[in-house]
Amino acid sequence: MARHSIVEEAAVPVAAGGAGIGAGGFDSGGGGRGPDGPRGAVPQRTYMTGLTMGMAAILMFFMALVSAFIVRQGLSSDWRAFPLPPILWVNTAILLASSFTIEASRRKLAHGDRQGFRHWWFTTTALGLLFVAGQLVAWRQLVHAGVYLASNPSSSFFYVLTAAHGIHLVGGIVALIAIAYWNWDHARVARSTATQMAAVYWHFLDGLWIFLFLLLKLGQ
Amino acid sequence: MSAQPHSVTHHAEAPKSFIRRYVFSTDHKVIGIQYLLLALAAVTIGMVLSWLFRAHLAWPHLIIPGFGGLMRPEQYLALVTMHGTIMVFFVLTVAPQSGFGNYFLPIQIGADDMAFPTLNMLSFWITLVAFLVLVAAFFTPGGAPINGWTSYPTLSAVGSVSGPGQGMGETLWVVSIALFCLASLLTALNFISTTIEMRAPGMSLMRMPLTVWGWFVTAVLGLLAFGVLLAAGILLLLDRLAMTSFFVPAGLVFNDTQPPLMHAGGSPLLWEHLFWFFGHPEVYIAILPAMGITSHILSNFSRKPIFGYKAMAYSLCAIGFLSFTVWGHHMFVSGMSPYSALAFSFLTLIIGVPSAIKTFNWLGTLWGGKIQFTTPMLFAIGFVSLFVTGGLSGLFLAQPAIDLPLHDTYFVIAHFHIVMAVAAIFGIFGGLYYWFPKMFGRRMNETLGKTHFWLTFIGAYLIFMPMHWMGIMGALRRYASPGGLGFVARMDPIDIFITVAAFVTGAAQLLFYFNFFWSIRHGEKVEENPWHATTLEWSVPSPPPHGNFVAAPHVYRGPYEYSVPGYTEDYLPQHLTPEQVAQSAEAGT
Repeated sequence: MARHSIVEEAAVPVAAGGAGIGAGGFDSGGGGRGPDGPRGAVPQRTYMTGLTMGMAAILMFFMALVSAFIVRQGLSSDWRAFPLPPILWVNTAILLASSFTIEASRRKLAHGDRQGFRHWWFTTTALGLLFVAGQLVAWRQLVHAGVYLASNPSSSFFYVLTAAHGIHLVGGIVALIAIAYWNWDHARVARSTATQMAAVYWHFLDGLWIFLFLLLKLGQ
Repeated sequence: MSAQPHSVTHHAEAPKSFIRRYVFSTDHKVIGIQYLLLALAAVTIGMVLSWLFRAHLAWPHLIIPGFGGLMRPEQYLALVTMHGTIMVFFVLTVAPQSGFGNYFLPIQIGADDMAFPTLNMLSFWITLVAFLVLVAAFFTPGGAPINGWTSYPTLSAVGSVSGPGQGMGETLWVVSIALFCLASLLTALNFISTTIEMRAPGMSLMRMPLTVWGWFVTAVLGLLAFGVLLAAGILLLLDRLAMTSFFVPAGLVFNDTQPPLMHAGGSPLLWEHLFWFFGHPEVYIAILPAMGITSHILSNFSRKPIFGYKAMAYSLCAIGFLSFTVWGHHMFVSGMSPYSALAFSFLTLIIGVPSAIKTFNWLGTLWGGKIQFTTPMLFAIGFVSLFVTGGLSGLFLAQPAIDLPLHDTYFVIAHFHIVMAVAAIFGIFGGLYYWFPKMFGRRMNETLGKTHFWLTFIGAYLIFMPMHWMGIMGALRRYASPGGLGFVARMDPIDIFITVAAFVTGAAQLLFYFNFFWSIRHGEKVEENPWHATTLEWSVPSPPPHGNFVAAPHVYRGPYEYSVPGYTEDYLPQHLTPEQVAQSAEAGT
């Protein structure tokens, strides 16, 4: 783990940009480094802006798939609903729980409780892995029931949507692990920023899953 | 706290090793030039492909080496497909946005690099891999795909049963485009974050050069559009490889000896909707940066502020927004409801309003200016001409009743080549001639440049204007040998004329290649602001050092302060302090 104190870092969460930080709003200019700020430093909120843009792009990607789902279902007469594996309810509960644990972790970090942070952070990671494993179990159950990728458009969309969401969630898990073991001494991004970004992304994938699950459950 | 851990300056000094400095560089300027070189390679390949199929159209009995005898229809279609794909994605998207945007957006807003330099480097290398994957399609057993750059199912979704090139060649096409989407999304994310967060103090949105507005709005379009194409591409890939039926309907029989395909119930129209939801913004992704560059150059060489700066910025945003509402006008012939067609038609015609605002403001900028006819200025004026010509034929095609008979003819080819392809290329050329002194510290030869302009400008019109007449007379596009039809055969002389014009115009580009590469080493050396321009890129050395600015810049005024009354020079740079301006004015009086 990083050697410098979490307490110190958490106390001043967005210090990297020096004088420029917060000096300029969106429309006033000077969003970046101030005249006296260190050369080359990127304001911490830039990372959050980048993540927001990334989530917008991911959302468009999923909305394209969802609109294809709706159109494909509406245009044809070959759509056959199939029962979703019950384990999806468990997976959903696990993912929901992980949103709470990652928030607990961030609260611990804000209070300087390093052990508490690590505890809840790893709990979140474990819940994420459990969710992915659960999704794979759901796939196995469908395969055993004879429902394959190409069986029917409904099953095609089920596999595509769960796989696309799963891949993004695996990305989130990689980020959680990376944040836990990163050497923050020479990082350009502050640990507090990184944990905040990971949490926002995690909640985003959580919300996205709820939406997709409802779509798959009710939309068939 | 000590801000130490997070204030690491990633541009404290340039990396020393050749690999880190010129190959796997994170410097936005190197990446910008890498993109431009990639686009130059791509445009060369794309142009040669067009020569080959134009030669076939003009002289159908000509035996061209490498085609194993007379060019077969599928070979013709492969050339057309690859020409379109390479040009749209790897030239018109890469050069104006990723190339110039990378190089100049950070400098123009006073930043020392993109917000996420490593991501930036990754974007380039993914784009390069995408390009190599696409070109590899030529070398697969069936050859390159044959279904056009729009890759419509069912032809594109069922594999080699639908023709040579539809096997591995088409799979590589889809993979290439998916990779390209990914890279473009990362680039868009980077551009937007940089523009919002990295502007120097004083650089408010309404002080940004219009080039930056062009790149910014384009990045927003890219962010929202490429994800949709990526999703569509994945579904298409699954139809091809996993026998799903997203786009393939039931009961397809491709030749008598084959059983009907196993697919069922899919909708080719679904692909068209997804594709054009991306595809129309893509048209503006190609043209908006060129609009920004044109505005920038026109103001500079008219020695006047841009006419209606705010209207120019807002009209860019309006065009960007409207671009997401008009995709259906590419599908008037798909059998859509006339009511839908009416809505798409109306929205399409509305785009004429911000486009006209831009055009009149460009003319207003020129009006009464002390115009300097430099090479970049000629290309900028050429852009306006082409944009108006191509835009006007767009007003015809926006109306379903006119589009229906013209849709599958050369009229459409003429329209989109002039307004999207050639106009955007003129924006690219304008940018290259304009910023070359900044990128290399030397100027390109003006005589060669002007000759290049006139040959290209006249050549472009000679190639594409006759296509309008051919289209109105009913010449069908996509056909390798339409000569069997009597009324088409009568147009053979026009086809020959167009092909000769294409060869001559293409050959004229050799002037550009020579001028470009020769000038890098031997061009006339210039100081840091040879055009007497106002924006921040002209306040730094040529080429700019690693990290761009020697001292952190501060911006005091708008980007186009030319011929300010009472000031000694006819240009007032954005970074000059009020004290410096006052001193200079006093010294002048």
